[in-house]
Amino acid sequence: MAFLQQFALLLTLLIIFSTSCKAAALEVDSVEVGHNYSSKSSVTSTSTDNSTGGDGHAPSAISTLPIVIWKWHHVETPYLVALWILTCWLCKLVCELNHSVTSVIPESGLLIILGFVLGGIVWGADKAQTFKLIPTNFFYYLLPQIVLDASYCMPNKLFFSNLGAILVHAIIGTCWNAGTVGIALWACYEGGAMGTLNIGPLQFLLFGALLSAVDPVAVIAVFEEVHVNEVLYILVFGESLLNDGVTVVLYNVFDAFVSLGGPKINAAEIIKGIISFFVVAFGGSFLGVVFAVLISMLTRITKNVQVIEAGFIIVLGYLSYLTAEMLSLSAILSITFCGVCCQKYINANMDEKSVTTLRYTLKVMANGSETMIFVFLGVSAIDRNIWVWNTGFILLTVFFVVVFRFMGVFFLNWILNQSRLIPIDILDQFIMAYGGLRGAVAYGLAAILDEKKIPEKNLMLGTTLIVVYFTVILQGITMKPLVQWLKVKKATHSDLTLNGKINNRTFEHTLTAMEDICGRMGDNWWTRHWNHFEDKYVCWLLMKSDARKHKDPIFGAFHKLNLEDATKYVSEGERKGSLAFIRNDDNASVDFKKKLALEYGDIIPDMSEYDFGIDNVPVTSVMKNTIPSVSLDIHEQDRKSMPNDLSAHHLLDQHLYKSRRHNRPTYSRSHYNTSESPDEMQEIFQRTMRSRLESFKSTKMGVNPSKKLSKHPKKDSTHKPNRKPADPHRTYPYGDEDFEFSADSVSSSEIAGNFPRRSPNAPGAGVDNPAFIPEMDTSPPMRNPPWQTETANNTAVAPSQRAQGRLPWTPTNLRHLAPLRMSTHSTDSFAMADASVDDKAPEEKPGTHHTRL
Amino acid sequence: MGSRASSLLREEDIEEIKRETGFSHSQITRLYSRFHSLDKGENGALSREDFQRIPELAINPLGDRIINAFFPEGEDQVNFRGFMRTLAHFRPVEDNEKNKNLTSGEPLNSRANKLLFAFRLYDLDRDDKISRDELLQVLRMMVGVNISDEQLGSIADRTIQEADTNGDMCISFSEFTKVLEKVDVEQKMSIRFLH
Repeated sequence: MAFLQQFALLLTLLIIFSTSCKAAALEVDSVEVGHNYSSKSSVTSTSTDNSTGGDGHAPSAISTLPIVIWKWHHVETPYLVALWILTCWLCKLVCELNHSVTSVIPESGLLIILGFVLGGIVWGADKAQTFKLIPTNFFYYLLPQIVLDASYCMPNKLFFSNLGAILVHAIIGTCWNAGTVGIALWACYEGGAMGTLNIGPLQFLLFGALLSAVDPVAVIAVFEEVHVNEVLYILVFGESLLNDGVTVVLYNVFDAFVSLGGPKINAAEIIKGIISFFVVAFGGSFLGVVFAVLISMLTRITKNVQVIEAGFIIVLGYLSYLTAEMLSLSAILSITFCGVCCQKYINANMDEKSVTTLRYTLKVMANGSETMIFVFLGVSAIDRNIWVWNTGFILLTVFFVVVFRFMGVFFLNWILNQSRLIPIDILDQFIMAYGGLRGAVAYGLAAILDEKKIPEKNLMLGTTLIVVYFTVILQGITMKPLVQWLKVKKATHSDLTLNGKINNRTFEHTLTAMEDICGRMGDNWWTRHWNHFEDKYVCWLLMKSDARKHKDPIFGAFHKLNLEDATKYVSEGERKGSLAFIRNDDNASVDFKKKLALEYGDIIPDMSEYDFGIDNVPVTSVMKNTIPSVSLDIHEQDRKSMPNDLSAHHLLDQHLYKSRRHNRPTYSRSHYNTSESPDEMQEIFQRTMRSRLESFKSTKMGVNPSKKLSKHPKKDSTHKPNRKPADPHRTYPYGDEDFEFSADSVSSSEIAGNFPRRSPNAPGAGVDNPAFIPEMDTSPPMRNPPWQTETANNTAVAPSQRAQGRLPWTPTNLRHLAPLRMSTHSTDSFAMADASVDDKAPEEKPGTHHTRL
Repeated sequence: MGSRASSLLREEDIEEIKRETGFSHSQITRLYSRFHSLDKGENGALSREDFQRIPELAINPLGDRIINAFFPEGEDQVNFRGFMRTLAHFRPVEDNEKNKNLTSGEPLNSRANKLLFAFRLYDLDRDDKISRDELLQVLRMMVGVNISDEQLGSIADRTIQEADTNGDMCISFSEFTKVLEKVDVEQKMSIRFLH
C-alpha cells in the first residue's frame, strides 16, 4: 500500500513540483515500507542486504568517527520508487526485445502479463500483495502527464473539426454506457442471475458509471500500433480523453447518490446532479482554457530563461490539473483543454529547441507512466483479498459492457451520419465500438470505492480488473487482425509537402467561397470567422510579435522541410564531403565547402572554421574551367537574388538544390537516387540558357517585346558569347563576390521589396536600365486576374468597389514581384508573360506595339 | 422568394440538371432561389459583378479566381446550368455513386474533377501547366505580407520541385494529381448542400 505513495516522490521530482506536505506524508509511510522493501529485495535479488535493510538506522551515539555509515532509512523512499520505475521500464524493454511477439500481442497486454509475473513474485515473498496501484498516485502522479502529452500532441485541426462527434460520443455515449450497464446488471440481479449480493440499484449505476469510460491510456497504446485512418483515430482517442472527465463526474454524482441513500433522492437532487454534471465538465474545460492562456502569455516572455522554458508548460499544465481537482471540477478535461489550446501558441513562442525538449520530455514521462500503469494493473491483480468470484456478475458485466458499447456507438453514429459531410462508415463504426477499451481509470475509480458504503467493493474491483484485462488484452490482440481482415481504411502516411499545404489552403478558400456563393453558413464559415478572430485578437494576445510573422502554415511547412534538408545536408557533408575536400581540390567540392562556410557559418560553426581558410586557393583556378565556372556563375546569380535577411534555412534551401545537382560527380552517385538524372552538361547548359534568356529579356524587354524571343529560343544561344564580357561580375573571383555580398546584405535586405536582385552588384544586368522600368508598369495589369481587365475593357464597367478596395495590396505587391519574376528560371512564365503582354499590347501599350512593328 | 424563383424553373430543366449534376430536386430549387437572388440583372444569368457583390468573396483571397472558375473561357455570363455544374464539383462523394461511375461516365464530383477544379485555379493561361509564375501569383494571394517575395519565390521553387517529375519546372495536371494522391481530396473539396 504505502509503497506507491512513494512513487509520488520521484514523480513529483520529475514534474519539478514537490509539495512539502506530500513529502511529510511520505515520511510517515516510510516505516512500513522498510518492511516491505526487505522482503521485496530478497525476491528481486537486488544487492541490498536484508538484515541491515530493515533496521539500518544511524546509531544514536557514536564512540568514534565512522567512515561509512549505512543509511538505508534515509533513502529508502526514493530508492524504492526508482527501483520500481526501473523495473517497469525494464519490463517494457523486455517486451520490445521481441518484435514477433509485440506484433501479435499489443505492448499494453504484454506489460499487464509481466505485471502478473512481478505480482506473483511479490506475493510469493510477502504472502500478501504489498504493492498495488493506489488511486491517489494514479490520479495525481501517473495520469496527468499522459493526458497532457496526449493533448499537447493532439492534431488540433482534426480534433476541432470533429469536436461535435467527439462530444456526442463522450457525453451521450458515456452516459448511455453508464446507465444501460448499471440498469441491465440490476435487472439481471433482480432476475436472480447472480445469487444474493448486497448491491442496490444505485450501486449498480455507480458501477456502471465507473466502467463507462473508454480509457485514453489503453486506447493510445493499442491504436498507435494499428494505424487506423485519422478520423477514426481522433474519434476514439478524443472520446477517450473527454469521456474520462464525464465518467469522473458521473461517478461523483452517483457516489453522492449512494451516500444519500435511495429515499432521499428526489427531483431536486437529480436536477442538482445534472447541473453539477455540466458545471464540473464545462468548468473544468474552461479552467483548462484559462491556463492555456496563461501558459501562452508566459511563453511570450521566457526568452531569457530558455533553459527552463519547457518546464513552465509542464508545471502549469500540472497546476491546471490540480487546480481543477481543488475546485472539484473535472481535472482531466482541464488539462486536456489546456494542452490542446496552448499548443499552437507555445510552439510559436518558444524556441525550437524548447519545443523539442518539451515534446520529448512529455513523451518520456507519458510513456514511462503508461508503462508503470500497465505493469501495476497486472501486479494489483495478484491479491487474494480482492477476488470475490461471482460468475454471473462478472460474465454479465463483460457482456453488457461490450454489447452496450456497440449499441451506443452504432446508434450515435447513425444520428451523426445524418449530418456529417463524410459519413462514418460501418467498418469504422465497428472498430470504434471494438476499441472501447477500459483501463486504469476504471480501476482507479473502483479502488476508491468506499467499502462502508458499498459492501461488495471487492467484487466490483475484481470485476473491473477482469473487464480491463478482457478489453485490453483480448480486444487489443484481436484489434490488429480485425482491422486488417475488415480492411479498415488505414492511415495514409503522408509526408509533409508544400504542395499539400498550399493546396489544403486553396481547398479551404474554395470551400468557403462556395459556401458564400450558395449563401449558406456552413462549417467553413465558422472556421473562417474563428480564424479571422484568432488572427486579429488571440494571436495578438498570445503570440510574440516575431512569432506572429512566421506563423503562416505554408511558411511553417517550408521551414520544417528546410530544416529536415539541412540536417540531412550537414550529415551528408560530414560523412562524405569533408575528407574528400581535403584530399582533392576538385572544384565542385570546393564550391560546396565554400558556400557552406560562408553562408551557414552561423548555423554550422565547426564546419565553417574547419574549411574557411583552405578554400581561397583553389577557387580562382576553378573559375577558369568552363563548365564549373558556369555552374558557379549560377550559384552567384541565385545567391544575389536573395538577400541575407532571410533566415539561413532559406539560403540553405537554394543552395541545397544546387549542390545536389552540381556536386554529383564528386560523390558516389548511388547516394542520390536520381532516377531522372540527365546529363549534367546538358542541364547546366539548359540553365545557362534560361538565365541568359532572362537577363537578355530584362535588358531588351522595354524596347523589344520578347514575343519573338520566346518563339525562337534558339536565337538566344547566339547571345551566349556576347553576354559574358558584358557582365564582368559573373567571372569575378569567387571569394571577393562573397564578401562583397555579405557586406551588402543589410542594405540589400531593405530594398528587397523593390529590387531583390542585382541592384547593388550588377548595374549592367538590367534593373537600372530605364528601358526595363516601363516594362514593369505592364506587369500589374498582367498580374491582375484577366477577367478584371477583361471586364474593364469589354463591358466598360468601372472596376467594382471590391476591386478597388483590393488595389492597395494586390497590385502593389505584385509590382514587387515583378523583378523577382525576372529572376526565375521558368521559361514558361515568360511564354505566358509574353503572351499576355502581347494580348494587352494593342490597348495598353501602343508605344511598345509600335516599336515591335 | 423561393417559391417565386422556383416557379421560373421548368420541371424538365430540373430533371436535366439533376441528371447532369446529381443534385436532388430540393437542392436544385434551393440553389435556384439563391441564383435568382444573386442575379441582380434579372436576365437569368450571372455576371462577374453579380458574384463580386457577395461581400464575403471580397475578403476571400482566392475570390476572384473562384469566381472566374464559374465562367467558361471567353464568356462573362453564366446561366443556372453552368452555375450548377460548377457547384456540383463540391458535392460530397456518396457511396452509392461509386458504382454508378462505371456506367455513366465521370460525375462532376469525382476526385479527378475536384482536382481539376483546384488545378484550374492556378492555371491562369489554361495551358494545363502551373508555371512558377502562376504559382507565385496564387501564393502571393494566399500568404500574409510578412513573407518576403524572396521567401515566397523559394517556396514556389520548392513546391514545383516537389511536384515536378519531368523537369520542365512546371506542374502538369498529372504531376498535380500525383503529388496530391495522398490527400483526401474527396473530403477536403466537398461541402454540404442542404437537402
